[in-house]
Amino acid sequence: MEHIRTPKVEQVKLLDRFSNKSVTGTLHLTATHLIFVESNSTSILHHHIASVEKLSLKTNGCPLLIQCRNFRLVHFVIPRERDCHDIYSSLLRLLRPVSYDELYAFSYNPKQNDQQREEGWQLIDLAAEFERMGVPCDQWQLTDVNREYKVCKTYPRDLYVPIMASKPIIVGSSKFRSKGRFPVLTYFYQEKKAAVCRCSQPLSGFSARCLEDEHMLQAISKANHNSRYIYVMDTRPKLNALANRAAGKGYENEDNYSNIRFQFVGIENIHVMRGSLQKLLEVVGTRSLSMTDYLVGLENSGWLRHIKAIMDAAIFLAKTVTVEGASVLVHCSDGWDRTAQVCALGSLLMDPYYRTIKGFMVLIEKDWISFGHKFADRCDQLDPDPKEVSPIFTQFLECVWQLTEQFPQAFEFSEWFLIQIHEHVHSCQFGNFLGNSQRQREDLQLKERTYSLWAHLLSEKQNYLNPVYSPSFAESHPVLEPSTQAYHFKFWRNMYHQYDRSMHPRQSILKHVLTLKDSNRELEGTVQALKTKLQKFSVSTSPLNRKEVQQEEDEEVFGEEAMEDAPAITGGERTVEGSSATENGYGELMGSFGSKNEPGAVTLEFGVARMTC
Amino acid sequence: MEFAELIKTPRVDGVVLHRPFMPTVEGTLCLTGHHLILSSRQDNTEELWLLHANIDSIEKRFVGSLGTIIVKCKDLRVIQLDIPGMEECLNIASSIEALSTLDSVSLMYPFFYRPLFEVIEDGWQLFVPEEAFKDLESMTDEWRLSEVNKDFSVCPSYPSLLTVPKDIDDESLCKAASFRHGGRFPVLSYYHKKNGMVMMRAAQPLTGTNGRRCKEDEKLINATLCAGKRGYIIDTRTIAVAQQAKARGGGFEQEANYPQWRRIHKAIERSNVLQEGLIKLVEACNDQSHSMDRWLSKLEASNWQSNVKEILTTACLAAQCIDREGASVLVHGTEGTDSTLQVTSLAQIILDPACRTIRGFEALIEREWLQAGHPFQQRCAQSAYSNGKPRSEAPVFLLFLDCVWQILRQFPCSFQFNENFLIMLFEHAYASQFGTFLGNSVAERLKLLLSQKTVSLWSWVNRPQELERFLNPLYEPNNLVIWPSVAPQSLLLWEGVFLRWNRSTKCLDEAYQEMVHIIEYNKELQNKVNSLRRQLAQLETEDGPLQTP
Repeated sequence: MEHIRTPKVEQVKLLDRFSNKSVTGTLHLTATHLIFVESNSTSILHHHIASVEKLSLKTNGCPLLIQCRNFRLVHFVIPRERDCHDIYSSLLRLLRPVSYDELYAFSYNPKQNDQQREEGWQLIDLAAEFERMGVPCDQWQLTDVNREYKVCKTYPRDLYVPIMASKPIIVGSSKFRSKGRFPVLTYFYQEKKAAVCRCSQPLSGFSARCLEDEHMLQAISKANHNSRYIYVMDTRPKLNALANRAAGKGYENEDNYSNIRFQFVGIENIHVMRGSLQKLLEVVGTRSLSMTDYLVGLENSGWLRHIKAIMDAAIFLAKTVTVEGASVLVHCSDGWDRTAQVCALGSLLMDPYYRTIKGFMVLIEKDWISFGHKFADRCDQLDPDPKEVSPIFTQFLECVWQLTEQFPQAFEFSEWFLIQIHEHVHSCQFGNFLGNSQRQREDLQLKERTYSLWAHLLSEKQNYLNPVYSPSFAESHPVLEPSTQAYHFKFWRNMYHQYDRSMHPRQSILKHVLTLKDSNRELEGTVQALKTKLQKFSVSTSPLNRKEVQQEEDEEVFGEEAMEDAPAITGGERTVEGSSATENGYGELMGSFGSKNEPGAVTLEFGVARMTC
Repeated sequence: MEFAELIKTPRVDGVVLHRPFMPTVEGTLCLTGHHLILSSRQDNTEELWLLHANIDSIEKRFVGSLGTIIVKCKDLRVIQLDIPGMEECLNIASSIEALSTLDSVSLMYPFFYRPLFEVIEDGWQLFVPEEAFKDLESMTDEWRLSEVNKDFSVCPSYPSLLTVPKDIDDESLCKAASFRHGGRFPVLSYYHKKNGMVMMRAAQPLTGTNGRRCKEDEKLINATLCAGKRGYIIDTRTIAVAQQAKARGGGFEQEANYPQWRRIHKAIERSNVLQEGLIKLVEACNDQSHSMDRWLSKLEASNWQSNVKEILTTACLAAQCIDREGASVLVHGTEGTDSTLQVTSLAQIILDPACRTIRGFEALIEREWLQAGHPFQQRCAQSAYSNGKPRSEAPVFLLFLDCVWQILRQFPCSFQFNENFLIMLFEHAYASQFGTFLGNSVAERLKLLLSQKTVSLWSWVNRPQELERFLNPLYEPNNLVIWPSVAPQSLLLWEGVFLRWNRSTKCLDEAYQEMVHIIEYNKELQNKVNSLRRQLAQLETEDGPLQTP
């Protein structure tokens, strides 16, 4: 490819981020990946690279610092400055694709035929999802008003509105809402016929009103006989909403809308969130971080405070719908960031289906992809505008993770599912998250030209299962009621330090139990097979006698003597990984005696202690 | 003294008990010499039996004639008793106060407790120094068991038998003892079988401001080095604190006098500071109204997690010196009874797989804490709710357990015991029906005749019925050294202790049960497969001739 000046550099050092360890290997640059090969190879997708930095020349070479969107940070030292510069400038070009066609998804080929690809795209069917919720019904209907994306460019074609909302009302309301994003249904709580609707802020300014919009809210209210009110949740801090009025936008005036209850929630905007994550990453990226700096930094970053704010909003939404049976209209400014977070998380709290692997895909497809969360802008896929980038979707995934910590049996998937989704939101390897809206995706013909992530994830579902998931938990806890005490919110180490191996528990309960569960399934099969064999045996020889004997023996099976040769069948290799003293940096030994005799050398020499059970 | 004198009102009816995450219970409150009992006298509700010794402090409140007593326990639980009648309430409160602060050890419950189980294996006889020495003898002949402290006159806080280098006679030991704080001369703490390196512990040397030295002390610790090898002295204090100690007659080993040793200073907090930290931490955990920022800032201000990190780091460093550097190590702080023991015991858990079994861990606590003279009685007299100024209370042992829990979290398959075992030890260190943690030293325990008059905690714990609760279903022995991560991101708040009473653990417990079920089911299936295979093999050999055509 024309942008690659040096496809291969040898004798490159890869430094560990938190210790003084390094490995030497060969660096390859391909059209899509940066690959570092030593005993095991590391490959980094160009799309994952957020920034490349060339540091000033050192005695042993030229350092190249690469920061990735999946929170990986790699530090290479390249012997010759020239090579370093070549890699640097090639990367700069490669990680700034100028057109969609350059994205990996359009060249990625998993060796599937067209039919398989189509099937992949058909996995998630939002019409079926609304049907599952019980929509259309006597109060809600499908409208074709946006069939040509004429009313709202950033909404999907298929939208569900109250029966009472006529086309003129819809169109009128859309004109009174930012970007034309008028109130539509996103989740229907069948048990109480309560609806969760979403939209953008009204263009109310200081005093403007719109009768159609008022009628729209009226219609939503009337569609639910359980409650006289509908709640309007403005997910922004009040101050932000007030400021918007000066620009002719704002929030609903309770005097103009009959029967609404208006509420601010106070989730900060994309800029604050971006800054917060940056601060967080700075803190946790510090070498030899002290506990005090960590905790103070965690607090100052505000990250967990924002996570809690989103969670609080979602809980409020879920409570209002499930307990009060009231319908809720959620919006923020444009209705594609905070609104998506709150609607999606709220629905997840209310509906166990979204806590399954398939259901979670549907949820993301519905509240994030179809309703126009601007993945391309927020995740910096193309044509970067740093002001548009923000970890809104990451926050949503983190909220879900926080829930899995409180309810370990409620989710079919483990955190690795969430992390993998996060990985691919940025990888641009699959078509799902490309672009900013459904319309744009159609224009790009993604379904014809790229593959769907969901099919890929389902094909390796085994890796993402939560071994202690219990479907019966969903029956006893259809609605999750998490505690939002501050101490329940934790730092998500596996996400933000995914690639920093030295930081993780050296033995994983999750992997261990997953392996056992797999083995159980296999063993059940073996038991069955053996039983059939035995049965055949007894039938083919002396029928009656044998059977009795066998039954008796069957019950004695758990006797002591069976224990002795029990193991061996459990497969699965467990390792105590990365277990070494230097990697952990307990301190000070560096300047020990050794250094007096052999300067610069550390007397410790050991690799990774590995254990196989 | 009769307990009856202290009990002004032995019984009140119509008392309502409030506990977090549990239904309220109404019933009769009874005070006995050692317990506060609340019983609804219905079969299906749990009774409350609370040891007076477990009560850290109480608060009284009145609304009309309804009195309320808030009981704050050493295990960090807070319960509320609504007592009708002002007089009754006052009486109960003052009785509890008197009974929970008895000064005399011999009035403590362990002296009155009679076990309802048969003691099969006496915990008092389980871990005797002679046995430990036999193990050592099988590995090396460099060491001997000295009786120099037979009558506890050389060092009152040491046990009567001590492991010392073979070539050092008792006379030298006495001289070395006079050069160390509290007579705690360097003794063997751990022998690393893999490379023959050792870990010793002591108290600070009494160098004072004019730099006293002691040839016997130097000889003693040099005797532990192999020819041409050097060792590390890990001083758990910062250099500044160690310098200050000189003014009070203490100090540290001067390089000039100990040329074969390299000194490393770490910064483990002194025990009185730790107590404040515990109080602050528990306060933060109990305040449900905290915003995220306030919670994090309070957590930080308590310094608890910093202490965990520092202790763990120091222990890892000691282990690293021994295992990776192949050097022997001497650990001490000031008195050698607190931070020193945290470090030596944690280093052993990292290095020695035996310490990760239940028996091995019990032996470790016996060796490195009880016999080594950690003053349990003083340190655990009060917990996080103490009102008065702390005298010598400090959560030294709790911090150690917290560190063990951190390692357990990082190596969940490497320990034979689970978190409950650690929590149980925490509870019993602070209030117990058993005598194990009474007294401050071996000498005191002997004087109290604990082994005759009280039951050992180990006698109870090691019964198979009890042990079951403490076994880690994931345990698979491994012989490796386990190096924990000490990055702040890897260390967590020990929720099992500090949030224990502030959260509902139902969902977590059920998930744990499910995991246990999966593991047990796996074993069951494997047994079944094996036995079916055997049956089949048997049939095949029996019927072999018939089958073949």
